[in-house]
Amino acid sequence: MREQLQAIEKDALEKIANANDTKTLQDIKVTYLGKKGSLTSVLRGMGKLSKEERPVVGELANQVREKITTTLEEKGEKLEQIALEKQLEKEAIDVTLPGRPVKIGGPHLLTKVIEEIEDLFIGMGFEVRGGPEVETDFYNFESLNLPKNHPARDMQDTFFISNELLMRTQTSPVQARTMREYGGNKPVKMISPGKVYRRDTDDATHSHQFTQIEGLYVDKHVRMSDLKGILDTFAKKMYGEDREIRLRPSFFPFTEPSVEMDISCKVCHGDGCSVCKGSGWIEILGAGMVHPNVLSMAGYNPEVYSGFAFGMGPERIAMLKYGINDIRQFYTNDIRFLKQYHNA
Amino acid sequence: MLVSLNWLKNYVNIGSISPEELAEKITKSGIEVDGIEYVAEKSENVVVGYIRSCEKHPNADKLNLCQVDVGEETLQIICGAPNVAQGQKVAVAKPGAVLPGDFKIKKVKLRGVESNGMICSLQELGIEEKYVPKDVAEGIFVFPEAVTVGEPVEPILNLNDAILEFDLTPNRADCLSMLGVAYEVAAILDQPVKLPNPKPAMVEEDAHQFISVEVEAPEWNPYYGAFIIRNVTINPSPLWMRNYLIAAGIRPINNVVDITNYVLLEYGQPLHAFDYDKLDSDKIVVRRAKEEEAIVTLDEQERTLSNEHLVITNGKEPIALAGVMGGLNTEVTEGTTNVLLEAAFFAGNAVRNAVKSTGLRSESSTRFEKGIDPNRVKLAGLRACELLEQYADATILKHVVEFDELDQTEKQVEMDTTEINKRLGTELETKQIVDILHRLQFAFEQHDDQITVSVPTRRGDITIFEDMLEEVARIYGYDQLPYTLPVGASQAGALTNKQAMIRKVKSLLEGAGLMESRTYTLISDNAVSKLISPEIKEGQFVPIELKLPMSEDHKYLRQSLLPELLRVISHNQARNQIDLAYYELGSVFLTKERELTKQPDERLRLAGAISGKWMDHPWQQDNKTVDFYVLKGIVEKLFDYLDVSVSFNQAKIADMHPGRTAELKLGDKRIGFIGQVHPSLQKQWDLKETYVFDINMDEVFYAYTPSLTYKTIPKYPSIVRDIAFVLDKDVLAGEVKKTIAEAGAPLVKQVDVFDVYQGEHMEAGKKSVAYSLVYQDPEKTLTDEEIQASFEKIIEDVTQKYQAYIRS
Repeated sequence: MREQLQAIEKDALEKIANANDTKTLQDIKVTYLGKKGSLTSVLRGMGKLSKEERPVVGELANQVREKITTTLEEKGEKLEQIALEKQLEKEAIDVTLPGRPVKIGGPHLLTKVIEEIEDLFIGMGFEVRGGPEVETDFYNFESLNLPKNHPARDMQDTFFISNELLMRTQTSPVQARTMREYGGNKPVKMISPGKVYRRDTDDATHSHQFTQIEGLYVDKHVRMSDLKGILDTFAKKMYGEDREIRLRPSFFPFTEPSVEMDISCKVCHGDGCSVCKGSGWIEILGAGMVHPNVLSMAGYNPEVYSGFAFGMGPERIAMLKYGINDIRQFYTNDIRFLKQYHNA
Repeated sequence: MLVSLNWLKNYVNIGSISPEELAEKITKSGIEVDGIEYVAEKSENVVVGYIRSCEKHPNADKLNLCQVDVGEETLQIICGAPNVAQGQKVAVAKPGAVLPGDFKIKKVKLRGVESNGMICSLQELGIEEKYVPKDVAEGIFVFPEAVTVGEPVEPILNLNDAILEFDLTPNRADCLSMLGVAYEVAAILDQPVKLPNPKPAMVEEDAHQFISVEVEAPEWNPYYGAFIIRNVTINPSPLWMRNYLIAAGIRPINNVVDITNYVLLEYGQPLHAFDYDKLDSDKIVVRRAKEEEAIVTLDEQERTLSNEHLVITNGKEPIALAGVMGGLNTEVTEGTTNVLLEAAFFAGNAVRNAVKSTGLRSESSTRFEKGIDPNRVKLAGLRACELLEQYADATILKHVVEFDELDQTEKQVEMDTTEINKRLGTELETKQIVDILHRLQFAFEQHDDQITVSVPTRRGDITIFEDMLEEVARIYGYDQLPYTLPVGASQAGALTNKQAMIRKVKSLLEGAGLMESRTYTLISDNAVSKLISPEIKEGQFVPIELKLPMSEDHKYLRQSLLPELLRVISHNQARNQIDLAYYELGSVFLTKERELTKQPDERLRLAGAISGKWMDHPWQQDNKTVDFYVLKGIVEKLFDYLDVSVSFNQAKIADMHPGRTAELKLGDKRIGFIGQVHPSLQKQWDLKETYVFDINMDEVFYAYTPSLTYKTIPKYPSIVRDIAFVLDKDVLAGEVKKTIAEAGAPLVKQVDVFDVYQGEHMEAGKKSVAYSLVYQDPEKTLTDEEIQASFEKIIEDVTQKYQAYIRS
């Protein structure tokens, strides 16, 4: 029997080695290890053996079964692996073909600029306030120290709707409204972004509608040097730490003293180039200390309170920053224009 | 204002500072210098020549052969100018000279005869054609007065002058005069000012014998001075004056006109000369014009006046529109010998009224409008008289005939050092402030730190402490001010809930594929009534119209964002950008008033438009054209995200596809609509199939509550059951869904349509709609019995309500 068992083992291992698919392996398993398999039938004949021989042959038979089983399993795994590899090879795709597009929109460039400025001033403790686009003559002009017939009204040609109502020419009326709302005894720290309108013919540098951001800071003991400090902080955050600011005296009816702010040109750093028209400086905003008439008309005592105000144009900021040469682009909304600033 | 530096040097020593440096200093002190121009480009080797002889060129009729003495030598020059003649002193470009435009002068032969240079016209020397006096416009320039042969012409003709172009803010009318500029530059450079001191030698005869002055409107004309000037000889004005006028951008005419212009620029005081002999009376009466009164002005236009205008009359009829333009009836001409010179103070608003109604804006009217110096009115008249004596051989009669109620007092402004430092954030000492006042040449009285400034009348812009604060700060230098941060209590800045919600809405829509647009508020007549949301349409609101629009395209205030948004779609599609998705947030303007007496309601709306392909994945044949459900999906997601529930109800809305439009409701409130633009409007506006939505965001905001509390995530499993009903084709899937949800409450948490079928396996007029139901009980695992009971109730309700049956 010993010889029989060894022959079975040899025979089985040979067949396993030659098997190429799982079906053959299954057949081998049945042939040798199944209920009617050769190993089983050999074991059935064990009864004829002597008491002494039985355990020895029994152990040998177990070893043979073990050996065949393990070899079968190993071979099985190997064949599966090969089959899987074949399958995966079949599943290969062209990874260079384009992916399924995902539709993504984006904010308008002006919104980006406005939100960037809003966030900067929010960070400095300012609130963001809105107001009506159809304004009264009082809020748009008179409360800002521009009485009727004031020569400076020529500076801003206005779309009137009636004698007293107009499309606001600036977002400063929001400042006057906020001050009145605050009742003359609370500090005001706000910016007001929004749409404004002027009677202009649209061309590359003029638009009858554009945006403005104005800011106001009113409190006891506000100094002109504070205005300078806040504007410098703003300019460095907005345009880069290496930019310098320059304040020049100017004139606005609602501020006194009044200021025009330039920043050093990013292209030439002050040496003069075509971007800054040779001056080394780029005009960026107007500002000043709030005129005492504006304070008192809004209920703040100019003997006690002082403040500063500033105003800038997001279109101009965007045009300078991105080299845009036609203001109408902002309102045409050509998709090829808007998409350019996805990652701006 | 164009400021000639050579002219300026007569009043203030500017030393050796370059025009560029001076411009920079002026700009930093408050007057923006927009540019620096030179009268002419540099020309070398151009000198004064004397024409010794002038003969016809032997071989050419139109050319002359001249022998020209240029000092060290005599040059033979051929000249083609019609006005060349022997005995003239002219500008000669010698061989080697380079004229403006890089024009090099060489020795040449013309028709066989040598020519060693060129006799120049002013244009050839670089003076702009429009400033060249008419008497020398054709041909060469001839020096009208004594000049030295051989001298370079550049300084004589002021060709080397640098002109600073001042961009004046409205408050700095003082710098509309050379004297005002001199004070400004003197303060900047810390130099004294040298003023002219006009002293005409008047004759004994009294002007009062020839004229009287009455003013009936002193509020508009507090001062009127009339000078009588006899025996004027009209001639070209002296070269220096012509040079300065050219530099200031004014073409010289003749001595009388040039002198009034010169004094206008020097003193900032407009003057007007009448031909005394044409006055037809011996009195001047200044009054408001009568209604419908007419005057023919110097430009030969008849102007109809009203009592908003101020006129100068001869007691009978107007002879000038005050401060704006003289009348043709009293014009000074070549034949004029006796002149009445007017030096007056006209109020800004009187002149502004006339400018507005006539459109005549001039150097004179601008100055009156912005305000002139009351202390220079008479002085300027005297200055003109002095110049007329000198350069027009005129005789000035004694006395100015005046009406005078003019306030010439100086305003007093109090300041003190502490307050100045407190406002500026500086640590100035009183003596620094005093020094600044000296530089500005402002008189003042000082007691310790208290200073009382007497503001000169030339600076009408300074009336209060803050104005003086600016003067101190700007002369001290804005760049010298320290940088500080406010010391007041700090507060946290933050967006309001609404602002934060709007930012969320924007980022959601952008993530969902929509691009933000920004369009115009002002729209056309044709667009204003289109695509208006039904709740607005039924509100009977009236479009708001501008009084004076700039164009027909921008005439009305919008009531809907959609017309402009569709303009964006059509603009892009016309440029072959077909696949588009946009949204916009903005105000619409609503009123019921035909004549607006109060501000309209401004309501915040959100609109969107999509057109073309939504998805484009061609190699996978996976392309999706936009349709109603693409846009609805975005809108649903938006409300889902805000946790605001809205319903969509089939609706017919003007300008929209009648079968593909829904109205949106928030509770019972109608808040907007969604659907396809009506195909005829699509055609009219050149649009491909386009879907739009329009939502009242104010209402959405009222319904929006940001989530603040934690909701437990259910521990027990949910169970999904599907069911399909066969329904009549017209039954709305959304209605059935509502019934299922109601019947299944509270165990059914969610109902979704997952299949709709209509076709060959379905009987005519029917459709099958399959729903997927999610059951859940937060407290326990549901049993089959519980679910079955609910399921049966749902089937019963739906089958009964819609005559439906279950699809097997």
